[in-house]
Amino acid sequence: MSGSDAFANRGNRDASVVNPRPSGTIDSTRRSGPVGEGRAGDPFLIGEAMTGGYGTGPDILHDCTIAVEQGEIAVIVGPNGAGKSTAMKAVFGMLDLRQGSVRLNGRDITALNPQDRVKAGMGFVPQVNNIFPSLTVQENLEMGAFIRDDDISETMEQVFDLFPAVADKRKQAAGELSGGQRQQVAVSRALMTRPSLLMLDEPTAGVSPIVMDELFDRIIAIARGGLPVLMVEQNARQAMNIADKAYVLVQGRNAHTGTGKELMANEEVRRTFLGG
Amino acid sequence: MDILNALVAFLNFVFIPAASYGAQLALGALGVTLIYGILRFSNFAHGDTMAFGTAIVIILTWGLQGLGVNLGPLPTALLALPLGIALTALLVLGTDRVVYRFYRVNKSAPIIMVMASVGVMFVMNGLTRLLIGVDDQIFTDGARFVIDVRSFRDWSGLDEGLALRTTQVLTLVVAVLVVWALFRFLNRTKSGKAMRAYSDNEDLALLSGIEPERVVRITWIIAAALMVIAGTLYGLDKSFGPFNYFQMLLPIFASAIVGGLGNPVGAIAGGFLVAFSEVAVTYPWRKIVGYLAPDWQPDGLLQLLSTEYKFAVSFMILIAVLLFRPTGLFRGKSV
Repeated sequence: MSGSDAFANRGNRDASVVNPRPSGTIDSTRRSGPVGEGRAGDPFLIGEAMTGGYGTGPDILHDCTIAVEQGEIAVIVGPNGAGKSTAMKAVFGMLDLRQGSVRLNGRDITALNPQDRVKAGMGFVPQVNNIFPSLTVQENLEMGAFIRDDDISETMEQVFDLFPAVADKRKQAAGELSGGQRQQVAVSRALMTRPSLLMLDEPTAGVSPIVMDELFDRIIAIARGGLPVLMVEQNARQAMNIADKAYVLVQGRNAHTGTGKELMANEEVRRTFLGG
Repeated sequence: MDILNALVAFLNFVFIPAASYGAQLALGALGVTLIYGILRFSNFAHGDTMAFGTAIVIILTWGLQGLGVNLGPLPTALLALPLGIALTALLVLGTDRVVYRFYRVNKSAPIIMVMASVGVMFVMNGLTRLLIGVDDQIFTDGARFVIDVRSFRDWSGLDEGLALRTTQVLTLVVAVLVVWALFRFLNRTKSGKAMRAYSDNEDLALLSGIEPERVVRITWIIAAALMVIAGTLYGLDKSFGPFNYFQMLLPIFASAIVGGLGNPVGAIAGGFLVAFSEVAVTYPWRKIVGYLAPDWQPDGLLQLLSTEYKFAVSFMILIAVLLFRPTGLFRGKSV
């Protein structure tokens, strides 16, 4: 176990006895607690006054509030290490909240584990490892709809209409696709549950500007179709352009909140992190 | 005529035995590769669990024979197989519950599971000894040959005879059916796709609503079925010796690694590759060469290795693959 041992962990690198694929990071044994009542006048989704960190580690979020209204796009932006992805994970239940609550569609879901939040209507697209690479595109979508017992062909057609590039590759292994197409598959997979809220963790990370514009177009189309979208974005300027509501986080706290336009016009926001 | 004789001798002594042995290895390697892909470790208890499952099938077979039940020309063991699989699956699920689940829940490093499986191997070995002892057991019944040497000679007029045993045909037929069913399950059914999805990306599978423990259970049940079927076919074809099954671990792992761990197609190809190499290297080719080149009188038997050293072949293949193509012929998916 000691770091000074040159042979430490050697067995785990021998792929002939140990599968080098990392194990899951989400604790699958965590059981959900009860679902509570929402509060009158709540937005569609609200993670209110969230304080917490990973496991027993230090708090990363401090009294952080994120909300999304029906049919709107909300973005979380901020400098590196501001806790953007952490805030989204907190909303999704992958973080131990010490204070605060998460309420979706009139219900308090703070005690639910991530799996059950998916069943409660959250569609989540992780930043990385967000597809099943050896499965075909179509199988990826089928797995997205795993919890559904009804006919999924209609949803699949809707998703293919939204992402024609994905439809063309439906028989191909998802791992063979380009970065932009993989992201489209990842979003498509999340849409297959017919979620009532779509959450995207940096969907444009590592894709070219053209692909990024196209992805943003699709995301706007999804939101205009009535599905609220909560998104973490690295490209703050573009994200604020399409956002109905933007949250600027700094060190795990709400620094600025407003519509995308307001924040773009805000002198301090521009100076500190939009680059003038 | 000499070419025909050479061909018949080749079929009789090399091709047919290697094909049935290859099918048995392939079934074993499929189980190993499934566990590797889903549970992320190489299961060293595979050989001894095979022995245990086969021992159950043998005892059930004796029971059926005692009751006077038989399948005519087919071995009675086929009737005992389903119950044998069910009992072995229960045992394997119990093992998972008391041993492996603990490490899985604690997200232990997979090498710890490998070591735990070594412990399970010793326990399985002991259980098998308690159950049926250490002696070889022969439990084959039914018709012995589909084609026997004498009638083949009479029919063909060749000097060389050809024997095709019932168990060899049975091995190949059962292996084809099992592989077909397994691939259909993995590629067509929701549960099978969920298994592949889990092996690709555990977190995303969990978030998609796939229950990890259910995937693990299905994997163990399928692996148990593959183990018992492979073990029973091997026992019918040769004989049942608990120690042989332990030793089979090496060619089985060689097969899985040659094909690419985690890749079911690779496991099958690897099984046949190892089996054919083993038989080809340990077979004395003098007779066949004698037919093809009558003028050449070699001094030796033209046998590269004596049969006692057959496991060296697996070792050599393993080393060659690990040196030159560590991900295996079919590129293990997970590497």
